[in-house]
Amino acid sequence: MKLTRTLLGATAVAALTAGAAWAEPALIYDLGGKFDKSFNEMAYTGAMRWAEETGMEFRDIELQSETQREQAIRRFAEAGYNPVVMTGFSMATPLEVVAADYPDTTFVIIDGVVDLPNVRSVLFSEQEGSYLVGMAAGMATESNTVSFVGGMDVPLIRAFACGYAQGAHAANADINVIVNYTGTTPAAWNDPVRGSEITAAQISQGSDVVFAAAGGTGVGVLQRAVDDGILSIGVDSNQNYLHPGQVLTSMMKRVDNAVFDAFTAGPEMETGVHVMNLQSGGVGWALDEHNDALITQEMRDALAAAEASISSGELAVHDYRSDNTCPYSVE
Amino acid sequence: MDIATFVQIFESTLRLATPLLFACLAGLFSERAGIFDIGLEGKLLVAAFFSASIAYVTGSAWLGLAAGIGASVVFSLIHGVASITFRGNQLISGVAINFLAAGMTVVVAQSWFQQGGRTPPLVGDARFDRLSLPFANALHDVPVVGQIYGQILNQHSILVYFGLLCVPLTWWVLYRTRFGLRLRAVGENPAAVDTAGISVVRLRYAAIVIAGVLCGIGGAYLSTALAAGFVKDMSAGRGYIALAALIFAKWRPWHALGAVLLFGMLEAIANRWPNLDLGIITLPNQFMTALPYILTVVILAGFVGKAIPPRAGGEPYVKER
Repeated sequence: MKLTRTLLGATAVAALTAGAAWAEPALIYDLGGKFDKSFNEMAYTGAMRWAEETGMEFRDIELQSETQREQAIRRFAEAGYNPVVMTGFSMATPLEVVAADYPDTTFVIIDGVVDLPNVRSVLFSEQEGSYLVGMAAGMATESNTVSFVGGMDVPLIRAFACGYAQGAHAANADINVIVNYTGTTPAAWNDPVRGSEITAAQISQGSDVVFAAAGGTGVGVLQRAVDDGILSIGVDSNQNYLHPGQVLTSMMKRVDNAVFDAFTAGPEMETGVHVMNLQSGGVGWALDEHNDALITQEMRDALAAAEASISSGELAVHDYRSDNTCPYSVE
Repeated sequence: MDIATFVQIFESTLRLATPLLFACLAGLFSERAGIFDIGLEGKLLVAAFFSASIAYVTGSAWLGLAAGIGASVVFSLIHGVASITFRGNQLISGVAINFLAAGMTVVVAQSWFQQGGRTPPLVGDARFDRLSLPFANALHDVPVVGQIYGQILNQHSILVYFGLLCVPLTWWVLYRTRFGLRLRAVGENPAAVDTAGISVVRLRYAAIVIAGVLCGIGGAYLSTALAAGFVKDMSAGRGYIALAALIFAKWRPWHALGAVLLFGMLEAIANRWPNLDLGIITLPNQFMTALPYILTVVILAGFVGKAIPPRAGGEPYVKER
């Protein structure tokens, strides 16, 4: 915390004295907040890694409400920050407006697409990472039933669910995959109580591995899994440490790498759509001391083989967003 | 659909209905005394936050509960000062309480724990454990009784049983004590109560303090029994559903229990079957979550019975000169 404060303070002073004399990068977090233990926190981690390695500084802001999106981008562009990096699909619409007004500034949007010459759109192949954890779930289950708790019901989260189901089916042909979404409004990201009840309902239907892709709601899912003695799978950042020995693995989305790359490349970076997939290390599954005992040698071999064939293009994981359907039976 | 599914639905119903029940009874006391309480949501939230943080720091769920009740009562008193003492608009004061709770909890949580507006996860004694009822195991295999007592009613937090106990207690206080008679009178005709030489202001304050205590227990139940810690906005509209339940129950305690169980069951069904297939039509999840509000509107519109609020509700009492 102290380091951040020093950084911010230093940046503020620098901004006052030097104005827009030299380009510093800026980072805008989505509504989840900088320390959401997940998506936005990964962005922060990547930016801090860049700051430590280069000794340079960056500016960041946490949005407090929907209405601040355009204002925040505009302020950073106006003040001469370059590149301006932002996280979350909701930033796409305001960015489309602002980016056109500042053609000399390079913008980066993570999880969204803006088709302008000065914007890099970073997308992740969430389905590939979800496929891998789905395989792990399919091999770990004893009841032949695994489940998924999504946050807000949007195509992005459905892509997680579909990849997970495909992976589970690949590992275990007789598997039954139960899928639930917490809601259809942003409140669905922050309702651990509901997440916990949905998990209880899934457990009563026989599920013994649950994958949560639901932001703050996931905390409740993982907690209920621990309370009822089943395995769970974390999302975005490595959440294995939350309940050591009871979280099977985590589906990692390397937002930190995306931010680090953008900051390193600076204003002259290549723009256009940038897909971070398994091959480029954009997604993956987490293995550390907390889940070492849960992952059998058989699983390691199977996952390594699947990783190799996805990377080589031999195995195609279906992306829900490509046609808005999921060919794998989900209940 | 087998019996196990029904048992699971009813179990889930009871868990989901408990925070609604506390908030609904809180609203009942407050509104029966003539103070509209839009701020139930905010009080649940602030109680959830303070009980989770104090439980985390002290490692005791009971101290957490006390802190949650304390915070909720303070918020009740703010509402009281604004709407009883200064005769402000009760709805505006309630809305302000909701905003204050939503903003303050996150800011304080961030400054105390630096985890992005949440508390660290609670473990061990910092949470209310699920209780095993006596003889529940022995009765487990007895048909009907075993399912109801041994499964549906068994293995809940102590706060669930306390919530159920609060219903007859509320009924007794409201309809069988002198305090309850005066409390109801102050919501219908405060001038008459005043004429009888009883302080309207004191009665109304008593009512909102009771409301604060009940909301506090409800909030503590959310963060220290159902979940294990606080995350921002975790009350997720339960205060508003409780208000709907209160109207649905026409401001009566036993009906309130029925209403929250119904609304809890709708949520449990929505959780169990994302798309409910009724043969002829498939009901989407969203319909089930909207149903409590739809039912409330139907009741308010007077299609099924008529919901008449306490007559002096929403009006500050001004002594005539």
